[in-house]
Order: sequence, then structure tokens, then C-alpha cells
Amino acid sequence: MSDHEYTPSSKFGKWFNDRLPLLTLANHLTDYPTPKNLNYWWTFGGILTFCLITQIVTGLVLAMHYIAHADMAFSSVEHIMRDVNYGWLLRYVHANGASMFFLAVYIHIFRSLFYGSYKSPREIIWILGIIIYLLMMAAAFMGYVLPWGQMSFWGATVITNLFSAIPLVGESITTWLWGGYSVDNPTLTRFFTLHYLIPFLILGLVVLHIWALHVPGNNNPVGIDIKKPSKDTVPFHPYIVIKDAFALLMFCIVFALFVFYQPNILGHADNYIEADPLVTPAHIVPEWYLLPFYAILRSVPDKLMGVVAMLSAILILAALPWLDTSKVRSAVFRPLFRQFYWILVADVLILGYVGAMPAEGLYLLIARVATAYYFAHFLIILPVLGWKEKTTPLPLSITEPVLGGSPNLAAARSDEKIEKTIK
Amino acid sequence: MRKLKNIFFVLIFSVIVLNSSNSAEKSPPFLETKWTFKGLFGKFDRASLQRGYQVYTEVCASCHSMKYLTYRNLAEKGGPEFSEAEAKAIAASFEVTDGPDSTGEMFVRTAKLSDKFVMPYANEQEAKAANGGAYPPDMSVLVKARKGGADYIYSLLLGYSEPPEGVELDDGVYYNKYMYGNKIKMPAPLSDDLIEYTDGTKATAEQMSKDVTNFLMWSAEPHLEQRHKTGFRVIAYLIILTVLVYFTMKKIWSRVEPKV
Repeated sequence: MSDHEYTPSSKFGKWFNDRLPLLTLANHLTDYPTPKNLNYWWTFGGILTFCLITQIVTGLVLAMHYIAHADMAFSSVEHIMRDVNYGWLLRYVHANGASMFFLAVYIHIFRSLFYGSYKSPREIIWILGIIIYLLMMAAAFMGYVLPWGQMSFWGATVITNLFSAIPLVGESITTWLWGGYSVDNPTLTRFFTLHYLIPFLILGLVVLHIWALHVPGNNNPVGIDIKKPSKDTVPFHPYIVIKDAFALLMFCIVFALFVFYQPNILGHADNYIEADPLVTPAHIVPEWYLLPFYAILRSVPDKLMGVVAMLSAILILAALPWLDTSKVRSAVFRPLFRQFYWILVADVLILGYVGAMPAEGLYLLIARVATAYYFAHFLIILPVLGWKEKTTPLPLSITEPVLGGSPNLAAARSDEKIEKTIK
Repeated sequence: MRKLKNIFFVLIFSVIVLNSSNSAEKSPPFLETKWTFKGLFGKFDRASLQRGYQVYTEVCASCHSMKYLTYRNLAEKGGPEFSEAEAKAIAASFEVTDGPDSTGEMFVRTAKLSDKFVMPYANEQEAKAANGGAYPPDMSVLVKARKGGADYIYSLLLGYSEPPEGVELDDGVYYNKYMYGNKIKMPAPLSDDLIEYTDGTKATAEQMSKDVTNFLMWSAEPHLEQRHKTGFRVIAYLIILTVLVYFTMKKIWSRVEPKV
């Protein structure tokens, strides 16, 4: 919170604000001092908020027309696509919106990894983020079940069956989750209820995530602590608002291209076949954004250990602030870390790729190596790097140059490179 | 650093190549034909949709249902756009069971625009029994339910041939090079001059395959034309707004060093 006391100019404003300081909050949000060197990788926070709101609004309207019943779910989706006014638009925005949400969240997470945004004093922001990410995966998975297509049904069967790997109580838990002895109508109705609930939990956590962010303020590409407000910061409005708006519009263009011109390319054709418990699809694959974890799951021969590995792959991120022992935040000043960072990016992409392939032969071997490397990155490479790595000198502030060259130039250059590599 | 990035690129590239060569191995490339519904302004070929409906109703409909379509859809904008009178006449050529009436009896009447397409079989079991155990899939969203979409359906319709040497086929199973596993229980459904088009177009197997695939694409995506039209407007609007916001941003940030 900014230090100066805010007093509304109008009498009514003052009266109201003394009772409920909404105007103080609004003032804090507009004045919020933000590092002025934030690059476009920092715009994804705003984009993610947009994604969440889009999903909630479209989902709300879809829920008015959808019927959560095993015999009617598939045809109610067709009803939405054919007879509901702009139903096709709502559904395609919602379905592709999930993919866009994950695209944005992955960029957001990898930005954090590159610039060390998870490090002290931002550990709680980071952990809240991991919980949001976990809830997103749960919401997305359950949402994918709702159209009651073949992939919905068999995806639900595969994932819920994972719980049966838990020793002793596994079978009972699975039966409890299903509400029966297989994925069926009770499973669908409870998934629908939870799918409706989770986004609001996420919304609450997002508020906490932003609140926690506003305590220490944003990290920045240089990764040093800055005085706020100072020459290094700009007020959130209008500087960051307009920049976020520009980035959001670019994002929306990509979003619109998917929705209007390739609405089904990210989905699986089998999900336009109504669920049939007697016919198993040739390959059961989750949506693209879950593939890396699916690859980790399948790379372990033992079912229970596979589930443990998959969960650990996500939960290990929560321990990241303590696994990364380096005092320097930004990868800009960590030449060795930077290389390992890109290897990790490649590793996750490879995991995603083999996750879509049948788990056999060469694919399985690659999946195993990539899984081992994934854990090695967090458990071995990061702790060791913190001690061994010789970092380059940090600047004193964002505006002031440092001995041995301008850090701004270095930061800018490395940003350019990232953009090129991503493209 | 540069070396690493090169390795990164090579990896990504090889993954893409691996992927494409891999999928190419599984089935031969689809037959090529020009679809009017593809592209930024893609629209359906109205005459082809009407012919496609004729192929569906005279050939496919004897086994395949289209349970999500309604006769009124045939007269709706963006579809085959039969006139309302034509669509009514089409509906009237079918009979549906309705009821119960005031005496509690079910009765048979001619179909109306508001009725769903009449199904060839009463249920899945009857359909299977009549087709050697194979269920002829509902065709309402078939194009979206198959990898390769319209290209796949078109190729499959024309992909029948004698099995290559060494491939044994059971009775009632046919060879089709585009089918998953190459074995299909549907005999080749289309042959030259199987039907007589009302608009006088010559009914070659290719022509009928193309027309019926067009029709199936429409039935799977009845709002495709509206989607393309709206999409173009939305994206044009977004681009203009983005440009305006970009210059606004430049102006605002010109007060700050370093600039964005």
C-alpha cells in the first residue's frame, strides 16, 4: 500500500470512504508504483484476469442451456451449437478460452521462472499461483468431461482411475468419486457442480494473488529491489493499463483466429462422438495443456509411483523458492542458469510431445529421460547453481548504469533474444 | 548461448518433422478437392448443398441417421436454403409417430418443419442387427468427429478398391485405403449415375462424394458462414483498435525514459 493517506475530494466521497474505503482502494490501484522497465512478458497477469472473466461469463450462459445428464449432455451441447442464439460463439469461446487460458498461464509461469519472481519476498504470491494453476487443471479437466463425448468419458475414466493406485483405500475413493462403480451419470453431475464452483475459488485466490503482489510490488526484468515510488517506477494508471490493454488486444486477435477460423483444432475429433462405455478409443489423450504431466505419469512403470511422480512434478514448483539458492533473481545476470532455463523449456515441450504419442519404444525412452531431467533441474541443478554460478554485476537501480556497461542494454538485448526464440 | 539455442531449434524442428512423417505413414494423403467453405470468407456452395441433401436422403439415409437436424434447418440461412415450400414438401414426404392424442393413442402423421430428421432405425440395436453388427454412425456431426474432417470423408467415399495381395477380408467387410485399419463394413455407397440429380448435374461418384461431404460439413457446422462473417468483422475491429491503442501507448510513454 502506498504510504500517503488518500482523502476523497467530495463530501459524500469522504463520508462513504470513512465507512468503506473503496475509494482508497481505487486510488491505490491507480497510483500503484510499477517498475517502468516491465517488458511484454509482464502483461500476462492482466491477460489471465481477462481469461478468467471470459470463462466465467461464457460459462454462466452456457450453463443456462446445458443439461448435466448422461443421456442428454451431448445433445444439449448440439442444441447450444445449433439453436441457441450465438450458442456456437459462446461454446467456441469457452472451449478455446480454456486453451488460451493455459497458453497465457504457461507464459506467465515461465516468465516467473526466468526472472526469479518466485524468490523472496514473493514466495506467497508464487505458492498462491501454484494453487491457482492446480485448480485450473481441475476445472479444465472437469469441463472437458461435460460434453460427454468419447474423450470426455474415457479421459474421466483414466484420470479418476489414478486414485485407485492409493494403497488400501484407493478403490473406495474411486467409487466415492464416481458415485457408482464406473464413470456414469452421478460422475457427470458432480463434475458439473465442481466445474461451476472452482472458477469462483480461483477468482478468490486471484484476489489474494494480486493482494500479495501489491505488498512487495512487481519484480522486474533486472530483478533488483527498487525504491517505490521513485525514478524507477511509473503509476499503474495510465502507463501499465495502456500497455496491458495493447498486449491484451494482440492476445485477443490470436484468440479470435482460433474461435472463428479453427475452433476445433485444439480439441480431439473423438469428442464429437457421444460417450460409449463399450467402445474404447484407440488413443486416449488429454488436452494439450496437460500432456507434459501425462507423459510423466506414463513414464513410470508402477501406477502408484507414476501418480506420485505426476503430482510431485507440480508440487515441486511450490518448493522452488527454497530450491533455487541463488540470491540473484533475474536470469539476465545468471549466464549459466539462463542456459539451463532454456533446456528446461525444451524439456517440457518434449514431454508435451511424447505425452501425445503412444507410450512405447523410443517415445517411452524419451519420456523417461525428459522426466528424469525435469526433476534433476529442480532438485540438483538449481540448488547447485546457486553456489557455483558466477553472476554478472547487478545495477544499482533501473535507471542508473553499473560499472562495466549498461544493464538496461543487456536486459533489452536478452529480451529480444527470448522473443526470437519463442517465435 | 547461441549454440544452445540452435540445439533448441533443431530439437523443435525435428519434433515437427517426426510428427508429420509419422502421421503420413498411417494413411495415404487425402484426395484433394477444392472446398468453398474454407478460408477467411469461406461459404457453402448452395447448389452443392442441395444436391448433397439429395444424395443423403436417397443413399445414406437408408442406414445413417441425422438426429440433430430438423427439417426447418433445410430452409435456414447459411444452409442449403431450400425455399420454405420446398422444405415443407420434403418434411411432408416423411411420417412420424406422434402422440398420445386425447384418447391416449399414438398416431402417425406427416412430418412438419419442426420435426427432427426421421431416423432409419428405431434404435441402435436394430441398426446393428440390420448391418451385420456394425452401427452406421449418426451423421449430424460426423465431419467433426473424424480426424481430417471433410477431406477424410470425401477420400473415404472414393477410397474403395480391391484389397492388396495378402489381405484377407471376411464376408461383409470391404477394403478402403483411408479407413482406420483399412477394413470397413460399409460397402462402397456411391457409384456413377446411382442417382439422378434434379438440377441435371452429372452424378459421377466424385460429384456425389463432394456434394454429400459439403452437406455433411454444413450439418456439422450449420453456422459456419455466420462464424466466418462475424470473425472477419471481429478481427478487423480488433486490429484497428490495436493500432489506435498502440499509438496512444506510444504517446503516453513518451513522457517516460526508457520508452516502450
